[in-house]
Amino acid sequence: MVNQVERQPLASSDRVVSWPGQFGRVGKALIRFVCAKPLGALGGGFVALMIVLALFADVIAPYDYNQRNLRERLEPPSMRHIMGTDNLGRDIFSRVVYGARISVSVGFGGIGMGVLLASLVGITSGYFGGWFDILFQRLVDAWQSFPPLVILLSLISVMQPGVPTLIVAIGILSASGSSRVIRSAALATKENQYVEAARAVGASHARIIVRYILPNVFTVIIIIATIGLGGVILAESALSFLGFGVPPPFPSWGEMLSGSARVYMYRAPWMAIWPGVAISVAVFGFNMLGDALRDVLDPRLRGS
Amino acid sequence: MRNYVLKRLLLLFPSLFIVSFIVFSLARLIPGDVVDMMFEDQAYAKDIEEMRRKLGIDKAIHLQYVNWIAQVVQGDFGVSLWTKKPVHEEILERLPVSLELGAMTIGCALLMAIPIGILAAVRQDTVQDYTARSLAIGGLSIPSFWLATLVVVLPSIWWEWTPPIQYVAFGDDPWSHLGQFLLPALILGFASAASVMRLLRAQMLEVLRQDYVRTAWSKGLRERVVILKHALKNAIIPVVTIIGLQVANVAGGTVIMEQIFGLPGMGRFLIEAVIQRDYPVIQGVNLTLATIVIGMNLCTDLAYAYLDPRIRYS
Repeated sequence: MVNQVERQPLASSDRVVSWPGQFGRVGKALIRFVCAKPLGALGGGFVALMIVLALFADVIAPYDYNQRNLRERLEPPSMRHIMGTDNLGRDIFSRVVYGARISVSVGFGGIGMGVLLASLVGITSGYFGGWFDILFQRLVDAWQSFPPLVILLSLISVMQPGVPTLIVAIGILSASGSSRVIRSAALATKENQYVEAARAVGASHARIIVRYILPNVFTVIIIIATIGLGGVILAESALSFLGFGVPPPFPSWGEMLSGSARVYMYRAPWMAIWPGVAISVAVFGFNMLGDALRDVLDPRLRGS
Repeated sequence: MRNYVLKRLLLLFPSLFIVSFIVFSLARLIPGDVVDMMFEDQAYAKDIEEMRRKLGIDKAIHLQYVNWIAQVVQGDFGVSLWTKKPVHEEILERLPVSLELGAMTIGCALLMAIPIGILAAVRQDTVQDYTARSLAIGGLSIPSFWLATLVVVLPSIWWEWTPPIQYVAFGDDPWSHLGQFLLPALILGFASAASVMRLLRAQMLEVLRQDYVRTAWSKGLRERVVILKHALKNAIIPVVTIIGLQVANVAGGTVIMEQIFGLPGMGRFLIEAVIQRDYPVIQGVNLTLATIVIGMNLCTDLAYAYLDPRIRYS
């Protein structure tokens, strides 16, 4: 705030919100986040890297993912092939870069669907309560009794293989765990007095949900989504590893590690290393980012 | 306590009922007919109608469900479309292997998680703490199948040693029978141990700040007594609940481990059944695993009540 009484020339040490304006504020918040939670920022960096790889794969990857060069089979990492080649002479680095596409699309698609479903179930269950709540909680309990991979495999066995199937199956699975957390957040919000006041004034249920419950639940949703993404990527790579993921030849990190490739790994161990590193880095990124977001946004949820 | 146990036991039935409903609808989700799909993939029966009658899908859906439940309760899970043997026989053959792997995994997970969790909490912000937390992060992020693949591939390159791939039954050679479970149990346990360790560390940190712990210190009790007898008993309570959740994850993980290490368990059976679209088997395995998980959750709930007197008397 400029002091109108004394006008002095501005010293360079004066704090003035100059031309960066809005961007400066976001930038400062980002820098604060990086300093406070370096691990989370590192995770965020990995996540950003993955998204960039997925979006700009065509530009970044030096070779096409299916470009076979049988004269260069099973080559160790070199200047021409940064991560080496596989048994069909395909460049592993390019395949890893394109594999990010699958992970990002199935990951975000799956968690998006899961969070949508979970919010629907969780918010209605928590807000309306009653027999609806009891029924849905029993359903979620029963659903969580199935081992995740088992139910995924069973769902996939009744659907056509492909990316939409993966998204739907993984989405349904991740919804069950998340719905409980969203339900408790909705329950907690419902107890507030302003909700009671809104009911008294005659606000409809829909209005209360959209206007009051959703904004409070939103933080929880962000945290669940970020941490859930790590789990979803692991699930997708596990399915691809078993051969139930995206059909070849499109590369998926899990599929690159699968049993059919293992025969060649004894001669070419780099085939075994890079896709796994990619998966671990991606999952690490999302987990750390989610942890940091949770600590920053809602300390009540702090687990460890 | 009795009320709590009774309530928990009563809750079993709706859970099992809903589980059976989910398993039943799984095979019915296919647009079109199971039989049309089977007929397209592999010709199982010369006559589609005969197949329909055999599977019982020519009747109305609620009648199908009732029939199916009646059969299941008597232990008849149907006949495998692929091996032509009764499903419950196949499952009983393979169940012990999976149970053994699961039990060893949880054992390994607890053996890893509890000491490291306590150590990390007691020696907070030291090198040991940071190492433990890094290990936990690794356990959460590193896919178990990758770790298993590396463990199978790398030693064969470095030291020319591979884990045994041929399955050895208990009767033949007890030690190598147990030994072949050790590696997959350790790898799978590592992943579960990560979540347990993190939660235990957080709980221990909270409990160690409590007044009663401070009283114990000031009484001059030895460190081991304070930590193990007073702090751990209180800190372990929420951890027991998480262990119950991990059972389902472990059951899923055994699918991958059995595939990689060649153990003839239910997980591998399920994968083969999914490839073959062998629906009676898929249903049977799902039902069995879900029932086991529900049973284990009941046990952890009861253990929770035993450990926390506040629950018993509420």
